[in-house]
Amino acid sequence: MPAVAEQLNTYLETFEAQAEARQAEPEWLVERRNRGMQQFAERGFPTTKHEEYRYTSLAPIAKVSFQSAAEAAGVTLDDIEPFLYGEIKGDRLVFVNGRFTPSLSSIDSALGGTVTSIRSLLEDEPATIEPHLARHSTERDNPLAALNSALFADGAVVRIPAHEAWDAPIQLVFVSTADAPNSATHPRVLIIAERDSEGSVIETHCGLGETPYWTNAVTEIIAAPNARVDHYRLQQESLSAFHTSLVEIHQGRDSNVTTHSVSFGGGLVRNDVEVVLEDENCECTMNGLYAVNGRQHVDNRTRVDHTKPHCSSHQLYKGILDGHSRGVFGGKIIVRPDAQKTDAFQSNKNLLLSADAEVNTKPQLEIDANDVKCSHGATIGQIDEEAAFYLRSRGIGESEARSLLTYAFAADLLERMKFEPIRKRFESLLMTRLIRPGGK
Amino acid sequence: MSTPTTDLDVLTSQDYKYGFVTDIETETVPPGLNEDIVRWISAKKKEPEFMLDWRLKAYRHWLTMAEPKWPNVHYPPIDYQAASYFSAPKSKTDGPKSLDDVDPELLATYEKLGIPLSERAALAGVAVDAVFDSVSVATTFKGELEKLGIIFCSFSEAVLNHPELIEKYLGTVVPYTDNFFATLNSAVFSDGSFCYIPKGVRSPMELSTYFRINAANTGQFERTLIIADEGSHVSYLEGCTAPMRDENQLHAAVVELVALDNAQIKYSTVQNWYPGDKEGKGGIYNFVTKRGACRGVNSKISWTQVETGSAITWKYPSCILIGDNSVGEFYSVAVTNNRQQADTGTKMIHIGKNTRSTIISKGISAGRSSNTYRGLVKIQKGAQGARNFSQCDSMLMGDECGAHTFPYLEVKNPTAQVEHEATTSKIGEDQLFYCNQRGIPTEDAISMIVNGFCKEVFKELPMEFAVEAQKLLGVSLEGSVG
Repeated sequence: MPAVAEQLNTYLETFEAQAEARQAEPEWLVERRNRGMQQFAERGFPTTKHEEYRYTSLAPIAKVSFQSAAEAAGVTLDDIEPFLYGEIKGDRLVFVNGRFTPSLSSIDSALGGTVTSIRSLLEDEPATIEPHLARHSTERDNPLAALNSALFADGAVVRIPAHEAWDAPIQLVFVSTADAPNSATHPRVLIIAERDSEGSVIETHCGLGETPYWTNAVTEIIAAPNARVDHYRLQQESLSAFHTSLVEIHQGRDSNVTTHSVSFGGGLVRNDVEVVLEDENCECTMNGLYAVNGRQHVDNRTRVDHTKPHCSSHQLYKGILDGHSRGVFGGKIIVRPDAQKTDAFQSNKNLLLSADAEVNTKPQLEIDANDVKCSHGATIGQIDEEAAFYLRSRGIGESEARSLLTYAFAADLLERMKFEPIRKRFESLLMTRLIRPGGK
Repeated sequence: MSTPTTDLDVLTSQDYKYGFVTDIETETVPPGLNEDIVRWISAKKKEPEFMLDWRLKAYRHWLTMAEPKWPNVHYPPIDYQAASYFSAPKSKTDGPKSLDDVDPELLATYEKLGIPLSERAALAGVAVDAVFDSVSVATTFKGELEKLGIIFCSFSEAVLNHPELIEKYLGTVVPYTDNFFATLNSAVFSDGSFCYIPKGVRSPMELSTYFRINAANTGQFERTLIIADEGSHVSYLEGCTAPMRDENQLHAAVVELVALDNAQIKYSTVQNWYPGDKEGKGGIYNFVTKRGACRGVNSKISWTQVETGSAITWKYPSCILIGDNSVGEFYSVAVTNNRQQADTGTKMIHIGKNTRSTIISKGISAGRSSNTYRGLVKIQKGAQGARNFSQCDSMLMGDECGAHTFPYLEVKNPTAQVEHEATTSKIGEDQLFYCNQRGIPTEDAISMIVNGFCKEVFKELPMEFAVEAQKLLGVSLEGSVG
């Protein structure tokens, strides 16, 4: 299709334009960026013919030629206040239009490890991230992640040093001002948890403007043996935004990673989570919550690769769909022949609140080992009329009863969030969405 | 697994018991496929004009299609020009009226299979429309069924005697453009079974057909069409075994079911074709399109299948639930061993209001086989109050086999309730230990546990089949069932 090919050219042009900036970068990164660009150019945007994109058309993104977002000054703390957690002490890195903004950030240098922007780290000590940055994701079959590797302007690096446990979570905030229409950012996050370390990262993606923009994010989490990582990914883009993301997790022996993915915003959202359990006795938990309305389309895809014995993975994704929204879930558990004693669980539950909402779910198991415990489940339904009737018979109005039951549907996912301020924030966000005048 | 694995290895490496070739003269066209062959088949069967046109349309469409690559199965490319597309037992073209007319050697074949036609027909009260290769050679109980107005005959007879029914229903559930193998079947199908149950009639007996692939190098293309008119009820049995052979044989059948208002069709299959030897050499390629349409209100179509044979099984018996309150059911046990591959499941398309569907699928893989469940549950926007429940369990025996589950759920109506559950497990060592401890040998314990695992499906089979199914399961996995 010539029209789409032209749009590919805009990314090639952007890449060419950045050639000068790349000269300052280490050779290994330039090489990985080139490879990323090459992979993207070869594959282009996946179409619905591609099995993994069967229910999500990226054509709305593919047909627009997004330009890299320009630098924006003048964003104040007040502007982004709704997306910050002031109660939570700990470092905060804020990126506006993909660029690190020190004035909005706060870094407590007392911590032993690294909390900084990729760009400044590349200047000071690039060797520390060479083994990880853009090394894994470009190898995968994901052209959008490849594009991110080619084009990311900046991003965050969080390195938790060995044997340390950080109590306070690190907040990473990616803001798009969306001043000019059709701007794109490619934020990048690299989280390295060294041996026996423990820490949490809260990653927020938000938008301030109403013009269409595209966020194409990649997060890489590397958990060394016996590390614990708690990762929150809170997606609160504006409703005209396109959001595509990949979270790629590599786990070493005895490590434990939990990732919470919350999608409330965005017009067209596609989140991929890829987990590779590389050694024995890893544990991985993936929680996902999406609540969408209007014409929002949210697609969550997970892929857990059990390569070694004695690992366990748990996935629970829940969706609340209202209006003309569409929810898609695609999950895959792969158990390699070696991975005996695997315990894997996957569940996707959906609540349809309106006649025009739609759900497509595809939970998959691919199992090549015999001594395993694997199960998956998927449900799609509406609010239980009997439960609603029960509440009404106790004097609770119809609209409140429905809100309460919807809230209850999502509650167990919210309860799994360790940090109270985040839990409270999304509880109230959910409640305000649910209370609709006039009930049904 | 420690000891049970070694036992299983011994038990699961049993040879196919039903392998032999019957020498009957057959009339076979030269290998190859072109328009002339299609015309030849149609002429040979003295088909009316519309059938030839339909076949040719299918053939021309087939030329434009490519073989599907998405199933989770692997096999060497098939040379469609190397196969012969028609073969019929030569001496019997006139069609015998009674069992006495049937070639004794043919009868002996059935005898060897342990299901003597005469005995079975008499004792079990089953009318058997035996398809030996491609032409029906014996039909029993026909007279009795005729009294009720039930038409149960071979497809070619139906084309000659009831062309209006064929013209009205053929290809309405599985159109000739449907998929590569169904289209190929539409072009060259040789024979099959036809069944029409008139309004308000309840078939007094289980209708049964007995497929058997015999002549070497002949792909068998069966076509089955069952029409249950308003308020009627029929239970149809299909069972298969095939002789041992070294060359892969392609079987691309099409089954179409039509249920009108308040009609019920129950379609049961026991499939035990030659699965190939332990290294995966030989064996049948079973690429089948089965689909039923619940056209009328309150209609019901129920598929039950026990798949133990074939080198590759690739089939998705489906229900299109158009009529309000219609019901679709799918019960399946798929057993794969050695190098067998199975990619099977169902599609439930909910279109009418208050339509319900149930899917129970049990996959058992042993040896180095691969067993895939692939299913679709689709709730269309107008399917108010639709309900689906799916359960897909897999059992793995041995550490070189694979079990995969690929369900697709698409829901466009908020009043629908859709549930899917799947588990994968192996036979618990504690279960085996418990049985052993009670004096039950490991072999018996395994068959007990496997039969228990499949019980939900077996109980859906008609009695005659349930026995055979348990037997086949035993043959496929262990050799004997306690």
